[in-house]
Amino acid sequence: MPGVCYSVLEMEGLLLYQSHMPTKTTCLSSQVSDDEQKQKKENIRSLTMSGHVGFESLPDQLVNRSIQQGFCFNILCVGETGIGKSTLIDTLFNTNFEDHGSSHFYPHVRLKAQTYELHESNVRLKLTIVNTVGFGDQINKEESYQPIVDYIDAQFEAYLQEELKIKRSLFNYHDSRIHVCLYFISPTGHSLKTLDLLTMKSLDSKVNIIPVIAKADAISKAELQKFKIKLMSELVSNGVQIYQFPTDDETIAKINASMNGHLPFAVVGSMDEVKVGNKMVKARQYPWGVVQVENENHCDFVKLREMLICTNMEDLREQTHTRHYELYRRCKLEEMGFTDVSPENKPLSLQETYEAKRHEFYGERQRKEEEMKQMFVQRVKEKEAILKEAERELQAKFEHLKRVHQEERMKLEEKRRLLEEEIIAFSKKKATSEIYQNQSFMASGGNLKKDKDRKKEPGYRFELLCFDVRACETNGGRKDAEEGREGPCTMGRP
Amino acid sequence: MDPMRRSPSPCSSRPSSPRTPPCEMLGYVGIEAMLDQLKIKAMKMGFEFNIMVVGQSGLGKSTMVYTLFKSKMWKSTIPGLGMPTPQTLKLQSVTHVIEEKGVKLKLTVTDTPGFGDQINNDKCWDPILGYIKEQYERYLQEEILITRQRHIPDTRVHCCVYFVPPTGHCLRPLDIEFLQRLCRTVNVVLVIARADSLTIEERETFRRRIQHNLRTHCIDVYPQKCFDEDINDRILNSKIRDRIPFAVVGADQEHLVNGRCVLGRKTKWGIIEVENLAHCEFPLLRDLLIRSHLQDLKDITHNVHYENYRVCRLNESHLLPRGPGWVNLTQAPAGPPATPRPSKVRHQVQDDSKDDEEY
Repeated sequence: MPGVCYSVLEMEGLLLYQSHMPTKTTCLSSQVSDDEQKQKKENIRSLTMSGHVGFESLPDQLVNRSIQQGFCFNILCVGETGIGKSTLIDTLFNTNFEDHGSSHFYPHVRLKAQTYELHESNVRLKLTIVNTVGFGDQINKEESYQPIVDYIDAQFEAYLQEELKIKRSLFNYHDSRIHVCLYFISPTGHSLKTLDLLTMKSLDSKVNIIPVIAKADAISKAELQKFKIKLMSELVSNGVQIYQFPTDDETIAKINASMNGHLPFAVVGSMDEVKVGNKMVKARQYPWGVVQVENENHCDFVKLREMLICTNMEDLREQTHTRHYELYRRCKLEEMGFTDVSPENKPLSLQETYEAKRHEFYGERQRKEEEMKQMFVQRVKEKEAILKEAERELQAKFEHLKRVHQEERMKLEEKRRLLEEEIIAFSKKKATSEIYQNQSFMASGGNLKKDKDRKKEPGYRFELLCFDVRACETNGGRKDAEEGREGPCTMGRP
Repeated sequence: MDPMRRSPSPCSSRPSSPRTPPCEMLGYVGIEAMLDQLKIKAMKMGFEFNIMVVGQSGLGKSTMVYTLFKSKMWKSTIPGLGMPTPQTLKLQSVTHVIEEKGVKLKLTVTDTPGFGDQINNDKCWDPILGYIKEQYERYLQEEILITRQRHIPDTRVHCCVYFVPPTGHCLRPLDIEFLQRLCRTVNVVLVIARADSLTIEERETFRRRIQHNLRTHCIDVYPQKCFDEDINDRILNSKIRDRIPFAVVGADQEHLVNGRCVLGRKTKWGIIEVENLAHCEFPLLRDLLIRSHLQDLKDITHNVHYENYRVCRLNESHLLPRGPGWVNLTQAPAGPPATPRPSKVRHQVQDDSKDDEEY
């Protein structure tokens, strides 16, 4: 019955539960009939009971469970370096968290998160403080607020991931989503800085922003009033949605409404104690006086603590979960392509869409795989063709070279043959000339010495040379054969 | 890692969160005001509780509901003699808003007329299981919408009260079959109905026998042993477990006893006072259901049974064959879960790790 929950919520406005005691007779007839009429539409009857049942302990059961589970609260402090963020948090929670002053020379804005566990009576609070480090220190501040936005989104994303898991454990999950952002405005007394405006504008739809004026002891009271008015009007005119304390519950409506008028809170933080009167109070000591932190005349610190912790912590958490987180979730899922209504205007479940997308994705992947395979095959073919071409060319060259070589060889053979013929012809000639010479010598009575001299004539030498070369060859060959050497003959020819 | 999913107590394992050094506060801060804020919020929102009563006709289910919540849920409880007994089990749900001391409770009672009344009671638990699963399905569909409601209406059955007829012997086959199936899906509270027909000794014997039967068949009724968080819970719940099933008597008429006006049954041999612990164990049942364990029942339904259902459902949808007609997840599978092992609730499904998708 989808209409049921609305009727329950609407009932609160209509019914005046003046009588808390259960009655035996239907004495609340007038009021009951009013809402009975309302409820008859949704088929719910409000019954009056004839005795004590005992479920008024239900809120206690709920509270007990919450105590067992513990609470979780995450604060983000955005402000320039040295503006007093850590000191204020220390003062708010009355402890000394680890505190090191940070340098002014960071090139980018970073966020530093630290988690602490606080106990008060039986309440356990897991407090996470996230500080911006290096905010406003850079010369070029364009990238200042993006890391903050990214951080907040990352926490939402982590929660969304956990929620969308199949096997999840949400109640066990350490909720790191930022519940409140304290924005520290420096007490110039004039107006908001551009950086402040831009940062707040980019954060207002993602987190509950509470602007505070830091180091408020630097402004006088009169200036402070003007400053506050100026700030609020600037915020309103620029459309920045800061957190408004809720005024729908009667018990806290009045105080919340009046506090809304004191925004932004001018705060002073200090953990140092100074003796005032006969008490030690937290204060800042100046030569001209003592600024007491918890004195409402001096600054709005008590108001801030009251609002942040004592009255509205639960509301801050609820707003983060039901408004900011749901907005993020909706945007993210729509971005991923999920809708609640399919193109034919039939309600489509997330699951179906997811399956459709998955199917599509797989199909897409198959297709891409095919494409790549095709491309690969094609490339291989091309490469093969090129290689084949190259091979053919090489082959042709080889053939050509072979032919050329063959031709040269033939030419050389030819030349050799001719040369040999010449040699033979020459030797023949020589032989005939020798004979002729012998004949002529015999006729003139020569001696053997001339023969010897003649032996030294170049003609003989030629023959000798030839003989030498051949002898060398055969010697070389023989030598190789004798020595059994393999491989190329390294003997140089003389 | 603890396979049971429940709200962690201080003693149980903490989730993997950043290093949390305990810090001492030097003075009062006001953190405990959170509890008041929670209370205010709870009172504003109101509470929801869905209870189902199962048992054969004539065991006094409607009277018991009346006795529990001191209000008449249905107009008439005795079917007219001319009406034929229903052939199939039809569940009837009635919703009322009751208020006590500023606390609003939206109570939904589901009755199951005709359960176990036919000659052939085979599969008479199917409509009941189907109904329970349907509520889970409804919640799941609401939860996975893109634009969700601020507060999802919770129609899931938080508690199922099963009435055992006072035979005095042991659990019947029908009871055993039903309980085995139901204990895996919903919190079941077992009661012996019409206990005024048993003497105290007979009640004890019956109770021991039933407890023995439950152990033999591995039926885990509420409060389940595996969900005890710390020693206090265990002690408290052991006491309760010792008295399960409660022998109860319901009554819707008041009588004068010793000058007091009490709810009771008047017989010729005396008046049985419903709220007298010496006469019957109705106060124990009432305290369990309403005064001490209501939130716990809701928690276990939300954190364990619903999550189990969700895991099954999301896994099933991945196993659907991819064909032309596969994108049709609106029909939830009717019938008992696929793996009827009784300890399914406590064991993790091992093959889920590969199904965790990352977006």
